[in-house]
Parts: sequence; C-alpha cells; structure tokens
Amino acid sequence: MSQRDKRMTADEVVSTLSDGMTVGIGGWGSRRKPMALVRAILRSSLRDLAVVSYGGPDLGLLCAAGKVRTAVFGFVTLDSIPYDPYFRKARESGAIAVREWDEGMFQTGLRAAAHRLPFLPMRAGLGSDVLESDRSLKTVRSPYDDGEELLAVPALHLDVALVHLNRADRHGNARYLGPDPYFDDLFCLAAGKRFVSCESVVDTADLAEGPPQTLLLNRMMVDGVVETPNGAHFTSCSPDYGRDEAFQKEYATAPWESFADKYLSGDEASYQKAVAA
Amino acid sequence: MTNMDVCVVACAELFRGDGEILASPMGLVPALGARLARLSFEPDLLLSDGEATLLTGDGVAEGWLPYRAVFDVVAHGRRHVVMGANQIDRYGNQNISCIGPHAAPKRQLLGVRGAPGNTVNHRTSYWVPRHSPRVFVPTVDFVAGVGYHRGGGAFHDVYRVVTDLCVLDFGGPSHAMRLLSVHPGVSVDDVVEQTGFPLVVEDPGVTRTPTDDELALLSTLDPTGARNA
Repeated sequence: MSQRDKRMTADEVVSTLSDGMTVGIGGWGSRRKPMALVRAILRSSLRDLAVVSYGGPDLGLLCAAGKVRTAVFGFVTLDSIPYDPYFRKARESGAIAVREWDEGMFQTGLRAAAHRLPFLPMRAGLGSDVLESDRSLKTVRSPYDDGEELLAVPALHLDVALVHLNRADRHGNARYLGPDPYFDDLFCLAAGKRFVSCESVVDTADLAEGPPQTLLLNRMMVDGVVETPNGAHFTSCSPDYGRDEAFQKEYATAPWESFADKYLSGDEASYQKAVAA
Repeated sequence: MTNMDVCVVACAELFRGDGEILASPMGLVPALGARLARLSFEPDLLLSDGEATLLTGDGVAEGWLPYRAVFDVVAHGRRHVVMGANQIDRYGNQNISCIGPHAAPKRQLLGVRGAPGNTVNHRTSYWVPRHSPRVFVPTVDFVAGVGYHRGGGAFHDVYRVVTDLCVLDFGGPSHAMRLLSVHPGVSVDDVVEQTGFPLVVEDPGVTRTPTDDELALLSTLDPTGARNA
C-alpha cells in the first residue's frame, strides 16, 4: 500500500466547488497568491462566493468576473499599487457585501476554526466601527477578577482553502521557500477541503532537503495538490520569482474587457503563453 | 534643509524614549524618521525591512518577523506604529477604510488593515503628508483607528500626528487635538486654516530643525532625495 496520490488539475479542483461556498485564499496582498486556481475559478460557472482573504488581486479578479457575493477582508491592496481597481469598483457600485475585519482578527478567527472553538477573545476591533459594520460580532466578558470586556472573534469556518507554496510532494506535504509563510497553514486548518498549488511537485525525499520548520503543510492538512509553474503570477513567489510589476500595472490600468480578452479567454497554458509573449 | 527634512526629524522624535520596541513606520518619511532615530538617539529600536526580516541600523538581518509574529507583537504591546490617515478627527479617530457610508462607499480605500488592533494595543502616531481640511475632519466616515472616548481600553495611546505643516498631540481638554509646534516657515494661522475643526492652540513652538549630523545621516539614508518628491 502506498500513500494517496493527491495530484489533480486546477480545473479538477474547481469542479469540486459549488456556488455560494466560503473560499479562503492564502497569501497576502499581492504576495504568493494561488492565482492559477483563481484563474480556474474565473473559467468556471461558479458564483456567489464568500471570499476570505488578506486581499490582493485574487479578490480583485474574482470581483471583476462577478464571482463574489461577500468579501471578508481587512484590506485589499496590490502592495506596489495601493488600491485594487476591481475590488474598489465592486464596493463603490454596491455589487458585494462585506465583513471588514482587523487583520489580526482574521488570524484569530481562522485559529478558532482550526481549534474547533466557537470564538477566541481579542482586543482588536473594540472601539472601532468594525463592530458597527459587522453586526454579527459580539463581545465577551472575562469570568476572572479583571472582568474585562473583549471581542469574541467568531470562528472563520471555510468550505475550502486555496493556497500556493513553492514545493509540494504528491501527498500534500508542502514547503515555502520565501521569508514569510503568511497564514496558509491556518487557512488549511480552518477549511473543510484544502487545495495547495505549487511551483513544482517533487519526491518526498527531495522535499525534505532544507530546514524542517519551512515544511508548512503536512498530509493531514491537504486534499489536493496542483502543479502550476508560475502559478502565483503576477504576485510574488519568493525566491522562485518576484512580482511581475509591469503586468500588475497592466491589470490595474487596462480596460477589463481587453485585459480579460488578452489573458483570460483561454486556459492556464494560454495565459502563461500570453504572459511570456 | 527642506520641509521634508524637518518632517523626517519630527517623525524620528516620535520614537524618542521608546527603547527596545518594534518601530513600525508606514510610508517613506516615517520610515526615514525611524531609521534616523535608531541611528542616533534610540539605538535599541527594532526595525523590519517591510517584509519579514528585522534589520540592524546597518541593514544586517538580526531577526525574523513574519506577519503572524507581528500580530503577536501587537497583542504583546511592545510596538509603536506610525500609520497614514485619509481622515482624522479632533479626538484621534482615524479612517483608512472608505469615504461615505460603509455599506455603499463613495470611495473605497485600503480597508481597516491593522488599525483597530494597533490602536487598542500600543502607542500609535500618524503621518499626514498634506495637512488639509479633507483629512482633518469634524467626524470620520469610518473609525478604523480608535480615538479617545471610544473605549480603547487600558493600552490605548494615540500619541502624536506629524504633518507637512506641524506636530500635534491630544493634550487639549478632554484629549482634544492640540498644536505642539509649527514647522519653520509655517504660521499658526496656516495650520488653523487647514484644519476642519477647532484646534487647541496654547503656545506652540517651532519644530526643531535637523542637526548637521542628522542631515548627513539623511543623505545616506535617502541619497536620491525621494522624501522631497
């Protein structure tokens, strides 16, 4: 008997999703986003997604394509370009509902889901309009002598997590090689179904070369592995590649129709070919 | 000496006395200020490269601070952040989320980012590169950064605001915004005129100018003069 081979294509991943799902997307801003998986969602008929993301062009693209019902976010930025134009447009036209949380609340909400807890207490959010705008949020009082009132950050349960790492084996063990793991492990722990795309699938023995603490995901945390070289493009995937700033600028400034026509009308291979051209 | 040189030094002064904490400046001018402070009067400050590495004053990696660890520092409290502000009111409430009603904003901005957590956990200052009534408003459209009288709790500490015109704090009656100093060449009237609410003006001084050593340091830290752009 051998361990399960979890390799699949990006389109196979998306075929397991359904309308209305809550989808957590890893990475951060315009950094190591699972963009090939996002592009596969763009090619699908999926709609009404609730997207949970430290937002970047992942959320922007999904908004531009009309896939988003609700965005759960703390910020949406392209890093080198302050605001994502399509998220902005979706907000200003009232096309999407939002739950806008402090960044740290995200981590706490994901951790609560990962730990199968209904909530975790935290100070972030108290006194701000985050509590005014998301009426589902409640506070909790410490049962100890301090009696402090804290925010009860609700568990952020995800139907599915999509993350992109540098390397993985076919079983779902995966490693990041850049300076920051972001929160990709927490996204996986908070989700029912977990999919990791990677720059390359390698043998487990080759994956083990390097410091063990950069092996962010283990097999228990992953249901499907997708090999997508350049799959975080146009976000950064350090050290394999940096952000494609010129392309990102084109994304942010070109008319959507012409951008989508040029890059998003075919499959991932034709996307990569158009990018290389 | 340029106005921005004065602003950088005013941002450096934000960190005076902070000791061994993480300085988190957002934007070039506060970042130059933090590095200037570290290289002169606050050598124990910790500074990150803006990603996940802590750097010494000479740019040598001395530690690892990925975002997940930043949130630990925020909760632990050993941090002083200098954020931007699209809007700020008389009591230090700050907005970087949106203009107009939150449900249907006229202008979507960045989002609250870490502002709610920062302001209830540790010292927070603000940098406003263009002091105007559009920024200094009677009421912010969305409270991202928590001001006074909002129940910010035991660790709430909105310290100062540095702008291209002046330095402000919240030392007025009931923590109202107060003019601490005007930059050289700026009049008190200029500041009052560019502020969309009544400012507490007692006896403001003039913001100190950079020393020769500081100007020399600044020219190494920002050789192309990007701060003046």
